[in-house]
Amino acid sequence: MPIVIEKLTYTYQSGSVNAFTAIMDVSLTIHDGEFVGLIGHTGSGKSTLIQQLNGLMQPTSGKVLVDGFDMSDKKQRAKGRALVGMVFQYPDYQLFDETVYKDISFGPKNMKLAPDEIDRRVREAMRLVGLDFDEFAEKSPFELSGGEKRRTALAGIIAMYPKYLVLDEPMAGLDPAGRRAVLAMIDDFRKQLGCAVVMVSHSMDDIARSADKVIVLRDGAIFASGTPAEIFSRSDELYEMGLEPPFAARMASELKRHGFRLPGGIYTNEALADALAAYKGGDLNV
Amino acid sequence: MFKDITLGQYFPVDSVAHRLDPRTKLVLLILYIVAVFIVKDIWVFGFIIAFMLFMTAMSKVPLNYVLKAIKPMKLLLPLMFLLNLFMIKSGHILFSWKFITVTTGGLRQALFIVLRLIALVTGASLLTLTTTPVSLTEGLERLLSPLKAVKFPVHELAMMMTIALRFIPTLLEEADKIMKAQLARGADLESGNIFKKAKAMIPILIPLFVNSFRRAEELALAMESRCYHGGEGRTRLKVLKFHMRDLWAVLIFAALIAVVVILQNTFPIDRYAADLILGLLGKKQ
Repeated sequence: MPIVIEKLTYTYQSGSVNAFTAIMDVSLTIHDGEFVGLIGHTGSGKSTLIQQLNGLMQPTSGKVLVDGFDMSDKKQRAKGRALVGMVFQYPDYQLFDETVYKDISFGPKNMKLAPDEIDRRVREAMRLVGLDFDEFAEKSPFELSGGEKRRTALAGIIAMYPKYLVLDEPMAGLDPAGRRAVLAMIDDFRKQLGCAVVMVSHSMDDIARSADKVIVLRDGAIFASGTPAEIFSRSDELYEMGLEPPFAARMASELKRHGFRLPGGIYTNEALADALAAYKGGDLNV
Repeated sequence: MFKDITLGQYFPVDSVAHRLDPRTKLVLLILYIVAVFIVKDIWVFGFIIAFMLFMTAMSKVPLNYVLKAIKPMKLLLPLMFLLNLFMIKSGHILFSWKFITVTTGGLRQALFIVLRLIALVTGASLLTLTTTPVSLTEGLERLLSPLKAVKFPVHELAMMMTIALRFIPTLLEEADKIMKAQLARGADLESGNIFKKAKAMIPILIPLFVNSFRRAEELALAMESRCYHGGEGRTRLKVLKFHMRDLWAVLIFAALIAVVVILQNTFPIDRYAADLILGLLGKKQ
């Protein structure tokens, strides 16, 4: 069963003079196992939208159904929330326990799992995020490096085996190697746990590489939604909105402007390289 | 969850009360507190409340904003009222049933305690509503500066207050984020008894503390890199100056005290009120 969002509207401080509508009339569906990339500039309502997915905020009007559980209803919310794992941007907001092991087991413990199942899941989660059990299990989460903290925070959610994994800019503040590692990890979880992923990111290159579906938010409404090929073929529009389309998409559109006859739907470096390689043999129509 | 907190909240409008020197306003608060405490006749309290309303009008702050300050005491006030009502036994008996006895003295004391608390809290919140935290601490620093002679760290104290006030909204925002992160991990903050609830706060308090310490270190570095070295030789962009309105304000508040003293010594109505109530209830002294 999917996550269904129907005509969702959310207004901050509804009814007061400071009322501000962050999301307006958004409808979308997230299917099982799907990888959805969510993009939009600052203040476009991304964070507000993903917090609706596990009921941290409730709709002002409209509906959010997680596998049929209505997130506006207090009792159903708890059940729906158990299916949606949410990783926030900064690990500093969730790490608290004495050791990495205990911190990762916080979620599974709240799910009231049996101790040996918790232990199994913590080990599995640590393996998936690439934290060596013997080295890190007994360390304090506060003496870790930035990247290790993020892995620990991620493992804390992974260990809950969510059906839907929601990530709010999981790569913010990481170096290129760190970004690649996190992205590879996310792909791993999907394969091994079969979960759907909703990822908010500023980096469209990262989204271009992994997403099945891309949703572009603008001023609280869906501006565009479709496959990466569909979305990134409109890279000029995205650029004007203040977003940074994938490098390959921008390069392709720039080359076309200079007379190169390239096929449409280029948004990864590999596709761009293939298209350019096809030009070999002097077919450069300038 | 944290929306009710009005502590240190400044209400940005332009009014006489806003323009007063912060030092004056601190002195006024003291005078006001003195007035509230020397009242010994209930009816004179009506006068204090009228004065409170007058100050609110002068400050152009909406009355319901000032009254919000009472909200956190919604449990304390009834409790104080009932405790005083039943525990204090003096004067005449108004009502008695089994072990419960209400006396005129108890009723009087109960009313007094509630009115005093309301008057104090609204008065103090009026000060913070009309004064920015920065000018408030500056006023305090200047007002306490004579204590420097006895090596009291006035500047450091004022700086600490400024920083503390500055970070209240930041901390609230952060607490909200941490709470969400832990709720998303299935933390249960609402059910269970008081001990369970207290234990459930640990995953929120620890990140909050850790982040605060980190922020404090960063702030200290940022201050030092801008050559902050304490209060010595430090000058102000805006130097505080007294105006005529400050003198008038102090005179008005001094008049308040004088009127309170005169009124309750000339017309001690309370004393007769007790007799009146007893008369109405058909009881004899």
